Amino acid sequence: MTLIVIIGVIVLIAIIWVGIYNSLVKYRMQTQESWSQIDVQLKRRNDLIPNLVNTVKGYADFEKTTLQAVTDARANVNNAQGPAATMAASDQLTGALTHLFAVAEAYPDLKASANFTKLQEELTNTENKIAYSRQLFNTTTANYNAKLQSFPSNIVAGIHHFEPSEFIAVPENEKEVPTVKF
Amino acid sequence: MLYEQIQSNKRRTIVLLVGFLILVGVVGAAVGYLLLDSLETGVIGALLIGAVYTVIMISNSTNVVMAMNHGQEITQADQAPELWHTVEDMAMVAQLPMPRVFIIQDDSPNAFATGNSPKNAAVAATTGLLSVMDRNELEGVIGHEMSHVRNYDIRISTIALALAAAITLLTNLGSHWWIFGSGGRSRDNRDNNNGGGNGLQVLLLVFSILVMVLAPLVAGMIQMAISRNREYLADAGSVELTRNPQELISALRKLGAAKPMQDVDSSSAALYISNPLKNKKHLFDTHPPIEERIARLEKM
Repeated sequence: MTLIVIIGVIVLIAIIWVGIYNSLVKYRMQTQESWSQIDVQLKRRNDLIPNLVNTVKGYADFEKTTLQAVTDARANVNNAQGPAATMAASDQLTGALTHLFAVAEAYPDLKASANFTKLQEELTNTENKIAYSRQLFNTTTANYNAKLQSFPSNIVAGIHHFEPSEFIAVPENEKEVPTVKF
Repeated sequence: MLYEQIQSNKRRTIVLLVGFLILVGVVGAAVGYLLLDSLETGVIGALLIGAVYTVIMISNSTNVVMAMNHGQEITQADQAPELWHTVEDMAMVAQLPMPRVFIIQDDSPNAFATGNSPKNAAVAATTGLLSVMDRNELEGVIGHEMSHVRNYDIRISTIALALAAAITLLTNLGSHWWIFGSGGRSRDNRDNNNGGGNGLQVLLLVFSILVMVLAPLVAGMIQMAISRNREYLADAGSVELTRNPQELISALRKLGAAKPMQDVDSSSAALYISNPLKNKKHLFDTHPPIEERIARLEKM
């Protein structure tokens, strides 16, 4: 009788263990997926920039320094290693692009060109997607890290060496999460 | 909190369905009595009509609702880049599949979401919305719609819409009783003239007419009860997605100041982000007042 009870308890613990392990894997997978979302958007933006530079170059007197800043920042994003450095480089590029579009306001011909308008929409879209996928990454990271710290999943996580995932710092001009209450 | 919200939405779907079905049955009895002089035929006929409407709605809600509201589907980003990209962004951050996107030709800014599940959802925006709102405001509005999708509000409001449409059809039918129904009744009266039962007949007649008058109001009230609180929740959900209450506040201001929509299906009114009819009868409002929604957002 006692044997049956002991076996029963062991089986029960094993089932719970497997369940927790699988859910940890799922949460970790979500953080990885949301990081690859960001990565896709960063690549997309880097692909769009040579087009933009070529379009803008056509307007002979366009500020060379502005264009150079964009090209340099793009190269930095390509070369950056690890999420934190990549996102820091990405923020620089965002700044350089914002400046470029602000300067472009002074070139009515450029602004009227269909190609430029299209690129501007594409880049705005990509910038927004970067911001939102970063938000998503931080949400999934928070969920995963909470799981790592809470009982009883912290025991399973400790034994199977689940490492906490790092948040990506949000630029200061972006807002904090407002608290939603009912 | 979100999970509980979804659960309670699913539970309420059942309560709502039962309540609405009873109303459909009562209306059917009234119409049956007025047109055919038979309560039973009316009830059975009405429940059949209600069932057919609901099945059509659940299986094909997006196409039906979009046809009712003259929505035209866009399938490529090029057709409306800002709208398409904004919907993409909100779907991504809400972790939902990309819904179908529709545009309604109307100068009044408005938007709604429909579908029977997040997988089969659709979002519609008027041309007015696209021209009046800047990108941030559009984001707030689409965030509101995607929250409806995520909270399963769309399924409830779609079923409610089907049953409200069935009731509208039945009461329209019943309101012609003196044209179609009088022949049958006078024949019947001749047969029954010798017996008593006139008291009961008068009572049934009064009851039927009352039902015809009140049913659309009751249907409206049920729709209202369902949709009002959901609007606050969807506003909060939008802010959760965009992290920027200011976007939605300024979008709501513009929506509140806008003129009514040209040609809107009245049973779909509860779906829209802002009441498209702009009528001022508070008891039956499908939407909480814009000022109240703004006040709640400002507190966040």
